[in-house]
Amino acid sequence: MGVVTESQFHVLAVDDSFFDRKMIERLLQKSSCQVTTVDSGSKALEFLGLRESNQSDDPNATSTSPEVEINLIITDYCMPGMTGYDLLKRVKESAAFRSIPVVIMSSENIPARISRCLEEGAEEFFLKPVKLADLTKLKPHMIKTKLKKESEKQAEEVKPEIEEEESPVIEILTLHQELESEQQEPMLSNNKRKAMEEVISTGRSRPKYNDITTSV
Amino acid sequence: MELGQMQKSLQDYTKSLFVEGILDSQFLQLPQLQDESNSDFVSQVVSLFFQDSDRILNDLSLSLDQKVVDFEKVDPYVHQLKGSSSSIGAQRVKNACVVFRSFCEQKNVEACHRCLQQVKQEYYLVKNRLETLFKLEQQIVASGGMISAMDLGF
Repeated sequence: MGVVTESQFHVLAVDDSFFDRKMIERLLQKSSCQVTTVDSGSKALEFLGLRESNQSDDPNATSTSPEVEINLIITDYCMPGMTGYDLLKRVKESAAFRSIPVVIMSSENIPARISRCLEEGAEEFFLKPVKLADLTKLKPHMIKTKLKKESEKQAEEVKPEIEEEESPVIEILTLHQELESEQQEPMLSNNKRKAMEEVISTGRSRPKYNDITTSV
Repeated sequence: MELGQMQKSLQDYTKSLFVEGILDSQFLQLPQLQDESNSDFVSQVVSLFFQDSDRILNDLSLSLDQKVVDFEKVDPYVHQLKGSSSSIGAQRVKNACVVFRSFCEQKNVEACHRCLQQVKQEYYLVKNRLETLFKLEQQIVASGGMISAMDLGF
């Protein structure tokens, strides 16, 4: 069955500040998400199963904990060592994890920084302090990724009952489109992101990433 | 003092903090994160803010007292304090941090010393006021009254 149930979304939150981790954790819990917090980009990569350096002991390594599916990564921009931007790049360069939506948070409103993150593939850029209302923008991104995965799974399973499967999938897509159109209005007036309307409607193809990627 | 009066005092007191600019609307975000599963969130996060800030202010004093001030060290402290005060809604502390950072950028030691004093002043003020606020709430709760998040919202 391809129905997206209220099974909880699991978010990985990255911030070097203990205080900020407490806040984002509570904000996410209050938005009905399961949360894992880590204090650095390298710990985030470890958690996902990517190693920071490019040495690969296990060429087949995908995730350290395959049962833990991360539906979204939300990270602070300014962190010592690996910045949120560096983490974003690493995730988007990885074949295994590039489909995970990444959101950047920053206390500094620097347009060049915001554009750079969005161009690199960040779904959203939140100015700190993050508010509960900001987090409602996350669900559509997480649902979209889940839908993609579900439809990919179904495409693999070439079963006769695929005909029965079709109607629930269509229903979900309609819901998804509804969500998107609901999101359009507040987003257009939002100065935090540039040209998000094109991002949502074009389905985000990434010509700059070739498929020959070594996922470590 | 009877309950109704206490609740009125609490409302007036809270209101004054906003009017004086000691707190801003971000403070009103905090009760939204409190519920039955996290019934103490506001006081916990405020306590955390106090602990964090005490530590940072101490580290800042030490850093600025060095013979040669290392601004690479000073600025991140101020950045951190600006962040947490902003998350709590401690507006005047945050604003004092913004000024502080601009002087860090200029590597102006004397101005930074003055900024530190200013930040400390604002911090002790908000700390004092919030402690009073929580005491008032505790008195109400102890007398069988309830605190509604709505009481704080206006």
